[in-house]
Amino acid sequence: MPAGPSGTSHRRPCEGDGPVPPVWRRPVSAPLSLSSVPKCGARGSQRGLPGTLRVSRGRRPCARPRRARDLASPGTDRQTRSRPRQSPCPPQPPESARPDCMTEGLPAPSAGLAGISGLTMDPECSQLLPALCAVLADPRQPVADDTCLEKLLDWFKTVTEAGSSLLLLQENPCLVELLCHMLKPQDLSSRVLSFSLRLTGVLAAQEDCFQYLQQGELLPKLFGEAGPLGGAAWTSPAVRSGWIQGLRSLAQHPSALHFLAHCGAVDTIFSLQEDSSLFVASAAGQLLVHILGLSMQGPAGAPPSLQAGDWPACAQKIVGHIEESLRATATPQITQALNVLTTTFGHCHDPWTQVLWVQLSPLVAGLLEKDPIPAAHSLVDLLLSVARSPGLSSSSCGLWETLAQTLSHLSPTQAGPLALGILKLQDCPQALRAQAFAVLLQPLACVLKAMAQDPGPSGVPDGTVGDSMTAGTPLPSKAACVGLLCRSLAHLELLLPLPQRPCPWPQALLLGAAVTLLQLCGGSARPACDMGRHLCTLLLGCVRVQRAALDFLGALSDGTGKAEGPASPARLLRWGRRPLRVLSGAGLGLGWPVRSVPCFPWIDALLCWGGPWRGRLGASSMSVSGPRELVTQVFAVLLEYLRSPDSSPTVLKKAFQATFRWLLSSPKTPGCWDLDPHALLFLRDLLPVLQKRLCSPCWEVRDSSLEFLTQMTRHWGGQAGFRHALLASEVPKLTEQLLRDPESYVRASAVTAMGQLSSQGLCVPPAGPEHQGGQQKSLLVELLHILSTDSEGFPRRAVMQVFTQWLRDSHADVAGDTEQFVAGVLQVASQDLDWEVRAQGLELALVFLEQTLGQPRSHCPHAVTPPVEAPVGPLAQALQPLCRVRLFDFAFRALFDCDRPVAQKSCDLLLFLRAKTASSSGLQESQSSPNVASVEAALQRWQAGDQAQPLGDLEPEVVLAVLRSLDLEGLRGALAESSDHVEKSPQSLLQDMLATVGVLGENEADCY
Amino acid sequence: MKLYCLSGHPTLPCNVLKFKSTTIMLDCGLDMTSTLNFLPLPLVQSPRLSNLPGWSLKDGNAFLDKELKECSGHVFVDSVPEFCLPETELIDLSTVDVILISNYHCMMALPYITEHTGFSGTVYATEPTVQIGRLLMEELVNFIERVPKAQSASLWKNKDIQRLLPSPLKDAVEVSTWRRCYTMQEVNSALSKIQLVGYSQKIELFGAVQVTPLSSGYALGSSNWIIQSHYEKVSYVSGSSLLTTHPQPMDQASLKNSDVLILTGLTQIPTANPDGMVGEFCSNLALTVRNGGNVLVPCYPSGVIYDLLECLYQYIDSAGLSNIPFYFISPVANSSLEFSQIFAEWLCHNKQTKVYLPEPPFPHAELIQTNKLKHYPSLHGDFSSDFRQPCVVFTGHPSLRFGDVVHFMELWGKSSLNTVIFTEPDFSYLEALAPYQPLAMKCIYCPIDTRLNFIQVSKLLKEVQPLHVVCPEQYIQPPPAQSHRMDLMIDCQPPAMSYRRAEVLALPFKRRYEKIEIMPEVSPAETAVCFQLADALVPMEIKPGISLATVSAVLHTKDNKHILQPPPRPAQPTGGKKRKRATEDIPDCKVLKPLLSGSIPVEQFVQTLEKHGFSDIKVEDTAKGHIVLLQEAETLIQIEEDSTHIICDNDEMLRVRLRDLVLKFLQKF
Repeated sequence: MPAGPSGTSHRRPCEGDGPVPPVWRRPVSAPLSLSSVPKCGARGSQRGLPGTLRVSRGRRPCARPRRARDLASPGTDRQTRSRPRQSPCPPQPPESARPDCMTEGLPAPSAGLAGISGLTMDPECSQLLPALCAVLADPRQPVADDTCLEKLLDWFKTVTEAGSSLLLLQENPCLVELLCHMLKPQDLSSRVLSFSLRLTGVLAAQEDCFQYLQQGELLPKLFGEAGPLGGAAWTSPAVRSGWIQGLRSLAQHPSALHFLAHCGAVDTIFSLQEDSSLFVASAAGQLLVHILGLSMQGPAGAPPSLQAGDWPACAQKIVGHIEESLRATATPQITQALNVLTTTFGHCHDPWTQVLWVQLSPLVAGLLEKDPIPAAHSLVDLLLSVARSPGLSSSSCGLWETLAQTLSHLSPTQAGPLALGILKLQDCPQALRAQAFAVLLQPLACVLKAMAQDPGPSGVPDGTVGDSMTAGTPLPSKAACVGLLCRSLAHLELLLPLPQRPCPWPQALLLGAAVTLLQLCGGSARPACDMGRHLCTLLLGCVRVQRAALDFLGALSDGTGKAEGPASPARLLRWGRRPLRVLSGAGLGLGWPVRSVPCFPWIDALLCWGGPWRGRLGASSMSVSGPRELVTQVFAVLLEYLRSPDSSPTVLKKAFQATFRWLLSSPKTPGCWDLDPHALLFLRDLLPVLQKRLCSPCWEVRDSSLEFLTQMTRHWGGQAGFRHALLASEVPKLTEQLLRDPESYVRASAVTAMGQLSSQGLCVPPAGPEHQGGQQKSLLVELLHILSTDSEGFPRRAVMQVFTQWLRDSHADVAGDTEQFVAGVLQVASQDLDWEVRAQGLELALVFLEQTLGQPRSHCPHAVTPPVEAPVGPLAQALQPLCRVRLFDFAFRALFDCDRPVAQKSCDLLLFLRAKTASSSGLQESQSSPNVASVEAALQRWQAGDQAQPLGDLEPEVVLAVLRSLDLEGLRGALAESSDHVEKSPQSLLQDMLATVGVLGENEADCY
Repeated sequence: MKLYCLSGHPTLPCNVLKFKSTTIMLDCGLDMTSTLNFLPLPLVQSPRLSNLPGWSLKDGNAFLDKELKECSGHVFVDSVPEFCLPETELIDLSTVDVILISNYHCMMALPYITEHTGFSGTVYATEPTVQIGRLLMEELVNFIERVPKAQSASLWKNKDIQRLLPSPLKDAVEVSTWRRCYTMQEVNSALSKIQLVGYSQKIELFGAVQVTPLSSGYALGSSNWIIQSHYEKVSYVSGSSLLTTHPQPMDQASLKNSDVLILTGLTQIPTANPDGMVGEFCSNLALTVRNGGNVLVPCYPSGVIYDLLECLYQYIDSAGLSNIPFYFISPVANSSLEFSQIFAEWLCHNKQTKVYLPEPPFPHAELIQTNKLKHYPSLHGDFSSDFRQPCVVFTGHPSLRFGDVVHFMELWGKSSLNTVIFTEPDFSYLEALAPYQPLAMKCIYCPIDTRLNFIQVSKLLKEVQPLHVVCPEQYIQPPPAQSHRMDLMIDCQPPAMSYRRAEVLALPFKRRYEKIEIMPEVSPAETAVCFQLADALVPMEIKPGISLATVSAVLHTKDNKHILQPPPRPAQPTGGKKRKRATEDIPDCKVLKPLLSGSIPVEQFVQTLEKHGFSDIKVEDTAKGHIVLLQEAETLIQIEEDSTHIICDNDEMLRVRLRDLVLKFLQKF
């Protein structure tokens, strides 16, 4: 990998980079005066941004991860750079390419308006536009990249939103010529045709421009039978899509409605709903919705009639079409109608939508009578859209009844999303919520029932519980069963944190179900009946269900939370300790009067019955053992998964996460934040498992084990019980060994874990024979070694984070000689190939700076705030340590870093420092000393890319002088812009498009 | 067709198939779990073992204390270990024509069969099976012979006494048939009867059946067998694997369309996933060694050890174990490691291609080169001088009853730093450890069994779709310890037939067809005759797709082959020797009656009868057809689907008349 000596091989300036940015606030000396850099044209100030920070190239290209900006249209970037800086005068389109009927039938543009044309379009772009239009109209010059056309259209939208479209057309007659050219029978590319249709729509969105185009009959020709609609080009989906989107843009005013009615577009849109291209079909539906909304707006703000019979003809036609589709037998037609309605109710909340729903709801309800129910997913979407619509009074239009009916008719798989949607609604009747919740719980209840020791709860009618999975035993296929369970778990998990979550929340039932599912998947469940055995066969080793159940189990550790129900293990245990009388009649000891909710008849029965927990969790044993046993079961199943050699790495990771969440929520000993005795017992079982996992041949397992260890140490590292258990195990020693793991991710996690262990004083000095004789290395040395030698970025980044944290926490290894530590780390970090390491180095520098200057860190490091307390000593004295650790050398170098985030961070740091020192007096800046000049000269060379020369020892006075001479605010502003802002200008876009087809021929050689 | 089941062990099968006059033995596995009832054979004198107290009956009777010793509540036989042989009484083993061997684990009883039963047939096996099988036998003989034990206990085998013993001795089966290990001489003699075969090679057995070995993917040279005649196909699946380990992948396609599929040798630990177990093995190994402990891996000298060494080759560097020595101690260690590298054609594709690079197929060659893996024939000699700890030792025998492993158990058992990791699934690790109790060293059970599990079997059966499946009884119900696991059994339609030790199974299999050739080999002089015979065949379509032809020929049956020869020429009027010879050679053929086909429409038949003057005709319907009663003539015509009978009293004229009327309705050819 090419790396310059001492990391100074920053990028060289190269042609096309743009001018050097005006970094300096004032010219301190002649060579530094960069303000005379010529600017380019009117937008020169924009173009004069730091090209040096635009794209990292030249230096160590492989060392950095790709970032989004590096991925942005490389072709465009290359072409842009190969252009000369001055805008070329665009060639006029060749005569042969000019359409001969360009402006036929259109009124002549008004010359009087030309004076304000500058408001609508940049003159440079206006200059380029005719050439571009000529290119687009020329079938011999195909546009290779249709993203350019999209960008162009976006730009036109911006321009027309800012000003008059009519003026734009008048100012740029080439646009009209382009549109007219589309009408000629020729072999035009479908992309260009589509673009033109969409452009026409964008322009005609303004009524005056619409009228203007109408006068020339351009619109009927483009969108009517005479245009692409009747031609061969119509076979291209792009053209059909362009036609629809053009009309979608165009339909903004009553005139457009007349036009649509006149040219029979609505019928075409109806037919396009069934288009073979899904995009076209979807867009056609959206357009119908839009036209319906537009036609119902009525003339000049008059509210539409609430009698459907009085609605405008266009609206009636669309509604009639929807009705007809809803009555159809073909599912695709019904789906289209439902989708149109869903969009309508989702976007429009006017009173007329209620009339529409009242009119159509019988038809929608009629769909439920069919078997199977057609387009069930779309139906669910529609009903939820209607229910969420604030324009509808749900109670008066029978929506709740329809929803209840739908819930009972749909299959469990289809009903799940509807049930979730209903439960998320704010003002839904309790009975419907209960029904919806029952649907979500059904699959889990079925699992519990299948695992029951006896045939079933006496109070649970067979037709209710478990219908979802037992219907027509044997059970459905494995795929269906797994899908249903995963969805059910996911829905319930989504519901868990919501305030409108059902109350009562059957925490124990859900815990029992999650544990049972995990036991089924792991093979440890012992079903007593055939159904359970069959379920066991279906779910055994199913990773999908394992993952979903572990996620859900983890989420359940937060429990029902706040006020209403028992939630966390702590709560469950507290409930367990309640006197029996409190729990009597409370089902599984959930602590709420289940029987008082009449809407849960079967859940009520199930809760009383207790599923597989019956007997163990029965009321008689509730006082202590019930909930405790449930929590014990949770930990047992988690331990089973952590132990099992068959747990896949992803399952294991989720098991670790769930374990951590449950440990977090385990009850605390009063007055102490340590783990409770039961959790400590669990920990004693867990640590041997963790030990083994740290030795796993699978790196993912080692990695997630280390992450888990880090989390645990972070939370309980200070607690005696945890410390004792951890130190008695081999875990710290194994973690230390993983610093040398062959897998970089594992090394990085080991670094973080060791950092955490060390912070908590949990690092054990190596006791192996190889470490005897006082030769052991301290962790600090080991980490520094990793930082300077590791070939991968992740461990080095992790080391920097650990060091920063150590510095922040005044870790013992660091506090001894902080300056030496910081100096060493910054020296290594400055030479690192990874920009994130360098950025983290700046973070460390900032911490050191704050500590040195004695200021508490503010959230906004560069905010100019008056110092709350004065520095400990004189400023020079305060700055001395910074100079000694060569912090400025590092920061200045980073200021010109080819990676923008590093430069930004450095800029922020220096601004912060300047703000700190601004109010301090007593330090004379040596503005004209030779030292300052040499430093500035060196910095100028650095900026130019030559970072070979070090700055040498800096004095605080010199630093301050240099600091004030830098235009850091300007640089920060420049850096805040994205690196490709120059390329994103419309002018650049037009140039790129022209360059692609070779009209701008002068740079042809550069393209190769 | 019958199947004689001589072994009760599902993974060490020994069955005899009688099929088309051949007697084929399928495998001859040796059940060595019987050795778990015996005390270990220590290489060096073990004071602990030799001082174990003798066992006495509850009433204090100590007459067995010389034969039985007590250790931590278990009773062991203090004698040379003995093995449980396959059943020898169920069938006369001298009548066995051939023995087909599936893999080297399933041939360990071979010397007992070939040397002591009057067996005079041939044994078929692949080359790696024979070579590695020889190594296993050699190791076994070596382990037992090098620790001579004078004492041979037999008193306890007395049925009346055995009843008084504690479990598991009390429940041991067929103890009277248990035998001591064979000798090397017997091994050599047995192996000399083996004929080597290659995959897909077709071997004719007496012209009656053809047997073909197919790759089974389990071990080097392991095979499944196809036993087929022209119209029947029996597949014998024993010890197969679908995992991508070192052997050639399993050939499933050739098993299709079997009439019977005999399924043995499935995984013994269906709940343990081999991948997970290898992970456990590595983790526990690293954990022990990092703590300064030693790892003992009781194993066979071939098989999974190759895969374990390969895994360790990849793992040891990542786990920082490069400096830890790995020792492989076995009398046949060297041969095993070297053999594995030369059987390139029997390896999986990846390993085969390495040979052409050229590179050794297994990476243990590199481990040996870099001195990370060292192998020794025994504890004595070089090993003692090279030995350093902590280390990892691979050695046999997995039963922990003989071999170098006994010494290491005695040596390392007292320290909790050390770990014994069981990877071979053949023996219960708890029973194996019983005579070493109390034991301080850690015990890890990571059974690695790559043979088919029940999910794979289910897929396999769906794929190959045999008409009938035959398997050991253990496979048709979940394991006793996991009775709820309905997935741990064979589930197929029709349900599998099961067998147990000493059971004879009549396979649901009817032979309906034989292949008959028309003069396959014809001398030039006889060509014309042959053509005559073939020309005489004039097929006539009876119904769409089915044609019939009559042929008149002489059927010759010899060596289970059936040949049609042209009929003799009509007898010449010339007398003398020539005619006599012709008569001797080929019997005279009478003029053949035509064959009839078709059915008789009763109504039309009755009309015809009336037309021919019969009156007073009565028709009765019967279960099989009709009876036409000519009351006046006192004659009965019984018309059934495949026969017509004319019953009349001695009126031959009438019968012939009626016959001719019946024949009018039938086709003749």
